[in-house]
Amino acid sequence: MKLTFILLIILFSFLRKVLRTKTDLPYWDTRFRYGLMLSIILLSVEVIFPVARPILMWVGELFLFALFFKVITEVKLKAAKPIIFAFLPLAIVDGFENIIEQILPRWHDQIDIIFGIAGIFSFIWMVAMLIINNKQRKALEKERLKAVEKEKEFQLSEKMKAALAIQVEERTAELNEQKNDLLHALDELRTTQAQLIQSEKMASLGELTAGIAHEIQNPLNFVNNFSEISNELLTEMVDEINKGNTDEVKDIVKDVQQNLEKILHHGKRADSIVKGMLQHSRSNNNAKKEPTNINALADEYLRLAYHGLRAKDKSFNATLKTDFDSSIGNINIIPQDIGRVILNLLTNAFYVTQQKAELKNQPAIQQYEPTVSVSTKTVGDMVEIKVADNGNGIPQKLIDKIFQPFFTTKPTGKGTGLGLSLSYDIVKAHNGNLSVVTKENVGTTFTITLPK
Amino acid sequence: MKILVVDDEKDVQTLFEQRFRKEIKMAEVNFVFAFSGEEALDYLNSHDHEAVLILSDINMPGMSGLQLLEKIKQQYNTPPPIVMMITAYGDPENYDMAKALGADDFLTKPVDFVALKDKLKHIIT
Repeated sequence: MKLTFILLIILFSFLRKVLRTKTDLPYWDTRFRYGLMLSIILLSVEVIFPVARPILMWVGELFLFALFFKVITEVKLKAAKPIIFAFLPLAIVDGFENIIEQILPRWHDQIDIIFGIAGIFSFIWMVAMLIINNKQRKALEKERLKAVEKEKEFQLSEKMKAALAIQVEERTAELNEQKNDLLHALDELRTTQAQLIQSEKMASLGELTAGIAHEIQNPLNFVNNFSEISNELLTEMVDEINKGNTDEVKDIVKDVQQNLEKILHHGKRADSIVKGMLQHSRSNNNAKKEPTNINALADEYLRLAYHGLRAKDKSFNATLKTDFDSSIGNINIIPQDIGRVILNLLTNAFYVTQQKAELKNQPAIQQYEPTVSVSTKTVGDMVEIKVADNGNGIPQKLIDKIFQPFFTTKPTGKGTGLGLSLSYDIVKAHNGNLSVVTKENVGTTFTITLPK
Repeated sequence: MKILVVDDEKDVQTLFEQRFRKEIKMAEVNFVFAFSGEEALDYLNSHDHEAVLILSDINMPGMSGLQLLEKIKQQYNTPPPIVMMITAYGDPENYDMAKALGADDFLTKPVDFVALKDKLKHIIT
């Protein structure tokens, strides 16, 4: 049998297929292709020119075993080893037979039958090996595909991870930016709040200005008048001294002394009003609690608030009622803060009675007399300060809102809506309480409760 | 001549008594003081026709000077006492209101006592 070239052709084909040289080993693919083509050409030559057969036989065997050797020794081709082992017996039997036939043709004829049997066995071997190998290869291929699939999945998840990481980074940056924006906004709000509190103070000071002017004018008039009189009295006294009227002189001295006391008293009165005004407008970041006569404080602000309103609306007049519990003594408060609360409640009280008085032409309230009262009282270990008016009261639906910042029923520009809200905060900061009782068309009473 | 002074500032009493020291001594004038509109009306009710001249502040808690003026002019007309209004606010509204209610004169604080004395002398003679 002359199987050399046929084996070569089959072997090359198998190698290319099994090793997937086309994709995995392009270097070897080219060589195998040339090898395949050469084998086909040589096979054709062998068939067409039988004369060349002996030489070609040698060439073919060399070629075949060189290929075997190369595949077995080359690391990159080791996956094809099982194929070589499958082909090897047949190739050896065939090669041996060919060589024997060439060198000892007589021998060959005698043992032809042995070669035949060996050929059959080695062929069966080859087929079996190839089948097994094929099976293994397919299993391996499956594994490989699985691995590739897994690899793909892994890469996919890696990609997703990377994408996720980028997304997270973007989100974080976004959130950071938002956080910074919010911090900035918060800062602005804090500043605005501080400004609003200051402007509320200033606004209530503005309402007070006329009252303050009136309150200062009165003591100043007394100071001026009593100074003038004293001067006149002293002139008179000189006359009386000259006349020697000692009794008269003594009387005049008494009067002058009394006048000087009055001057001092009214001077101090004006002084305390100015001080109170300054305290009222000052930002009181470091204001401290001090023992304060709450009755005097309430009385002072009652007058200021009343005259403040009177200065704006001269036709308005209200009955002021005070009922001070003189047993209270001094309580520990920040006077300008509590003063602000009292002033605020009083301003509101006067405002509502004034509003009601303006509706006097309605028959039901023709007899209306605006009345605002302030009272103090000791209740257990607390002090109660009540500011009451006989205005129209607060509608039930608004009662929950009155302590909210910026809530006001006054026309735009007339109220900041911060008065009661700030008052509430101030009273709470004194560990006290600010409550309200109101009845429609009858009036409203605010009660400040402070610890003694 | 009896003069009723109405003002919520109590020191007004001392002030008037000293300013009119000589006149009081000579018994030319006789001052009575009330510290609110209500008090003034009480006095007028219990001392009918005694006061010839009433000097009243306008800005007082409770009954204002203008309300007092209105009541005096309505209730005490035989003979009507002379009523002079005194106010810290020398504003036209108060002035017009006082005049409309029948005030005989209008003074602004701080009171010019020299002018007031002149006016009183004028009334007496």
